[in-house]
This record gives sequence, C-alpha cells and structure tokens, in this order.
Amino acid sequence: MTSIADIWVYLSASPLLHLALTLVAYQAGYAVYRWRKFNPIFNPVLIAIIILVTILLVTHTSYQTYFQGAQFVHFLLGPATVALAIPLYRQVARVRKSALAVTVSLIVGSITAAASAVFITWVLGGTRDSFVSMAPKSVTTPVAMGITEQIGGLPTLTAMFVILTGITGAMLGAPLLNALGIKDWAARGLAMGTASHGIGTARALQVNEVAGAFAGLAMGLNALASAMLIPAAWHLIFGG
Amino acid sequence: MVEWFTVLVVFQLAGEVLSAATKLPVPGPVCGMVLLFLALVIYRRVPDGLAKTAEGLLTNLSLLFVPAGAGVMLHFGVLQHDLLPIGASLIVSTLLTIAVTAALMAWLSRKASGNAPGPKPAAPEPEARS
Repeated sequence: MTSIADIWVYLSASPLLHLALTLVAYQAGYAVYRWRKFNPIFNPVLIAIIILVTILLVTHTSYQTYFQGAQFVHFLLGPATVALAIPLYRQVARVRKSALAVTVSLIVGSITAAASAVFITWVLGGTRDSFVSMAPKSVTTPVAMGITEQIGGLPTLTAMFVILTGITGAMLGAPLLNALGIKDWAARGLAMGTASHGIGTARALQVNEVAGAFAGLAMGLNALASAMLIPAAWHLIFGG
Repeated sequence: MVEWFTVLVVFQLAGEVLSAATKLPVPGPVCGMVLLFLALVIYRRVPDGLAKTAEGLLTNLSLLFVPAGAGVMLHFGVLQHDLLPIGASLIVSTLLTIAVTAALMAWLSRKASGNAPGPKPAAPEPEARS
C-alpha cells in the first residue's frame, strides 16, 4: 500500500501536477473575474499568479520545477500570437484608413512608455538594475529581454516588470480611458497594446474585437519600434 | 481543429526562421503573425476552421501568461528593496502611456475623418501624479 507521502513524491516529480495547478488557479481567477462581472480590477492572471506563488512558496517548490509542468501552457503563447493575425485581418480596412494615426500614436506612446518608466524609477531612488531593466517594460517579453541585455539591464528582472506592466494596464486601463472619455475602440485598443502588450491585448479582446485587433497590432509594432529606438536612444543619452 | 493548429504552428516556425535569418529585432511569433496576415490578405478571407481555432486560443489568451507571471517569485528581493520606485513607475508610466497613446490616436483619427471643424484638444494626461 502506498502512503500519501509516496503519492506526493511521485506527483511532485511529474509535470502533470503543475500543469493541473496552473489550469485550476486560472479557473479560480476567471471565476472571480466573471463573478465580479468582468471588472478589470479582478484580473484573472493576477489572481492566478497570487494563488500559484502562494502554493509554490508554501510547498517549497522551485520555479524551475513548476515550469516543467507549466511550459505546456506557456508554449501556446507562440501559436496564439500568430493567431492575432485573424482579428487584425478582419479590421484591415480600418487599419489601412488610420495607418498614419496608428504610426504617430504608436511611436509617441512607445517613447512615453520607456522614458517615463526609467525617469520615475530613477528619480524615486531605484537602483541602477531597476531603472535600466525598466526601459522596455511595455514591450512583449522576448523582445524586452533582448533590449535590456543590449543596454545593460537584467533580463529576468525585465521579464517581471513586463508581466507586472501588462497586469497594471489590463486592470487600470479601462477605468482610465473611461475617465478620459475616450470611446473610440481603435484608440483604446492601440493604447492597451502599446502600454501593456499581450496581457493588455488579452483584456482588449475580451471586450471588443476592434480593440483586440488594434491591441495586437500595437503589441507587434511596439516591439519593432522599441527594439530600434531604446538601444539607440540609450547610447545617445548615456554614452557607451 | 488539428489541421488549423498545424497552420498556426507552421506560420510560427516560418516566423522564427524569418526572424533569425533577417536578424530583425522582432520575435518569431510576431513575424509569424505578419506572415499569416499577409497570407490572409492574398487569400482574401479567413477559413472557418482557422477562425474557430484562433478564437479558441485567443479567448484564453490571458491563461497563457500565467506560467511566465509566476516567475515574479524569483525577484521578490528586488521588489521589496525598490518597492516605491518600481511600484510608482509601473503604475504612473503605464497609465501615462495609455492616456497619451489613446488621446493622440483618437484625436488624429477624428482629424483625419475631417468631420469636426475645430477638433477638441486631446484629453489632459494625468502627469500631475508623477
């Protein structure tokens, strides 16, 4: 007869446990989100992360062990990003019509994101690692980590800032845009994608297809703009 | 379902190859998105199966960020040490970016459509908060 402890030892070595835990934590987060009538403050990603991190810390499980199971979910991010071409294609007429407005707004937004993040962290006394790694915080993770490496930040710290930026935008973006009286779905989506990449895009897609399409577009364009602008501007301003 | 998922994965692969070959500073999946978008422009419609598969993935897009998000636990030390600068920067900078981008885009779109003779200035930005 096997004891509970033996079952635990077997399960914790298998990726299934942490895959299941990820899905269950998200379902719990989503249940709260739905219960609160999709109020953005009850962000399902944030709730799921709080549940997961608590369990991992209590059970002394390392992130590496957890990720062996969670990587199966993580892997789907690639195909899902490719799938953003579909809402974008459905809005192709609108995108073409506002190509100039999109380009200008995106570049201004991209510079605002990087400059204000570095400035605020620095002025409030953040360490060098913090304010350098903060520069690409609005950029989708793989590109953000590449940028931070070029300017001398810490890629894993940047990855955390990117996630927290995404959650912040997804939670507070809609109330802010409502307060500003901006009703144009294209503008709302573009702003969410520029400021908070994929997590902002996920929230935009849940609300409106036009917003989702422009958010996905902004996420891609901001990756391109930031990768070209941030390292160049950094070396220009700080030398080296 | 599986056939259309295959299409997405193949486009992602093509995107990865393009990204690596051209040394473009854009990740493979985003290149794959651009390639699939161009393919749809040429094909002129979205096949039903592809639309359904994409919808299945995109309605659950936020789930896919959870594994990476749990990585926050690796940096609790830095977070504690720099709580105020990091917290303030994340909130103020993100909100400022959303406000600036949305206000500019809304204003430029209204100007382009040319229906308002005197376009209202863009909404004020919450700069005072920084």
